[in-house]
Amino acid sequence: MKITTIARNTFKEAKRDRVLYLLFFFAAGCLLFSRFLALLTVGDRIKIIKDVGLASISLFGMLMAILMGTGLVYKEIDKKTIFTLLAKPIHRVEFLLGKFLGLVLTIFIMTGLMAAVFLLILFLHTFTVEWKILLAILYIFFELCLMTAVALLFSTFTTPILASLYSLGFYLIGHLSWSMEMLIKKVKSGAGRAALQVLYIVLPDLENFNFKTEVVHNLPIPAKLLGISFLYGVVYTAFILLLAMLVFRRRDFI
Amino acid sequence: MGKVLELEKVYKSYKLGFIPKKKPVLKGVSFHVNEGEIFGYLGPNGAGKTTTIKCILNLIFPDSGQITIFGEDSLKPKARRRVGFLPENPYFYDYLTGREFLTFYADLLGLHGRAKQEKIGYLLKLVGMERAAELQLRKYSRGMLQRIGLAQALLNDPALVILDEPMGGLDPIGRKEFRDIIVNLKKEGKTVFLSSHILQDIEMICDRVAIILAGEIINQGYLGDLISEKVLYTEITVAGVPEVDFRHLGESVSSSSDRVLLKVYEEDNIEKVIQLVQQKKGKIVSLVPRTETLEDIFVNMVKNQ
Repeated sequence: MKITTIARNTFKEAKRDRVLYLLFFFAAGCLLFSRFLALLTVGDRIKIIKDVGLASISLFGMLMAILMGTGLVYKEIDKKTIFTLLAKPIHRVEFLLGKFLGLVLTIFIMTGLMAAVFLLILFLHTFTVEWKILLAILYIFFELCLMTAVALLFSTFTTPILASLYSLGFYLIGHLSWSMEMLIKKVKSGAGRAALQVLYIVLPDLENFNFKTEVVHNLPIPAKLLGISFLYGVVYTAFILLLAMLVFRRRDFI
Repeated sequence: MGKVLELEKVYKSYKLGFIPKKKPVLKGVSFHVNEGEIFGYLGPNGAGKTTTIKCILNLIFPDSGQITIFGEDSLKPKARRRVGFLPENPYFYDYLTGREFLTFYADLLGLHGRAKQEKIGYLLKLVGMERAAELQLRKYSRGMLQRIGLAQALLNDPALVILDEPMGGLDPIGRKEFRDIIVNLKKEGKTVFLSSHILQDIEMICDRVAIILAGEIINQGYLGDLISEKVLYTEITVAGVPEVDFRHLGESVSSSSDRVLLKVYEEDNIEKVIQLVQQKKGKIVSLVPRTETLEDIFVNMVKNQ
């Protein structure tokens, strides 16, 4: 009950943020631009629209999660609204979870809106609704939930600018760490390989949520892979939220 | 009378600067607040009043010491179930209207349905904010924010109300109204913890006080015990007699065209001043014996420290 009240208020606050609308219009602009880009392409134009469209949703969704997530807790502390809130009989964990869920709801609605624009553009081009594309968008949404948790974690102990940079770093590492898997295979077994394996487990692998290629090229996606990716998202998000709670639990609000 | 709030040897220091250096803010603060009283927490700016309140409410964690609210450890959220709090500078979500703001906190406290609406309506009336209920908080003046903040603090019908400098930004009428509300809270059986540096407010309504200076409690007790009843001097305003005639009887504080304000320290001289005024066919405008005030005690303590 307390968590949903805080989540509702966070959603109300997020709705008022102009950055959200600015990013949405940019995303819509990019989705429209993909249609024109397709005109310049030799070959399968629809693939270009799908490729650019999904990448736009992923990129702008990530920016929304980072820019709004990093300001979330910091603003409460900076504007001191947290004083009256935490003076009530609520647990700090409830506050943090409420903030997280409020932003996840915002991201869900914005991803939904971007998906609607994307499907409309595709429909105008092909006159068919490609439901499979929603699967790729759903996994982008899971990735954005994780990014929201990351932004929230950083916003519990640093300023929005630094938290944004750290979150962006996390995003970049997350999309490049898959190459470590190849490196591990090539390194001879021993201490070095074990260390690399530990590092690979600790570092995020956001490519787990990337089903864009499979969807665009209509390749089969094993259900097991979808299940593992979903589970990875849930566990990693829970782990990051746990870290955020540990930091936030004993923080002084001076 | 049971103890509603108890602090025992509370220490708190902040780490400040690029190379963190410990700065002690509270140095073993101990006091208790009894049920049903208005407790004044007095101290100059930077003495540690707000830090103490933040420790009580778990917004910051003491380095050592024990804080109990209604016998419960203050670290547990349920200890704050019967506590209402109004912060020093009211910082609230400014995009909400007054009614939305109260609804948000009422939801957090688990109020719902008709009881919630009735409570919000009652509190808006109590703090005189019915007319501004549909206005966004960003359009509120400081005094209005204090009022809506007080309403928020009373939503859970608290047994202990903690007010941090509640009358700071209020005009004289607002201060009087706030004082009346606080006194009424006491009449309803609530305990009030009032932090302030405005001595008149404390003196007017508090039963007991604690004085904090540089993070240490330097005095505490019943107001009547702290302030002596002894007359320090008598202020006499005289009209129609020149100032020079009184020089041997008392100290002249001010004199306008025909009025003189005298400070008379010796009791015998009061009689002499009255006789002199009668002889010179003048008039006594006022005669006020001045006893020791909380301000006198406070200033003396601060100077001694």
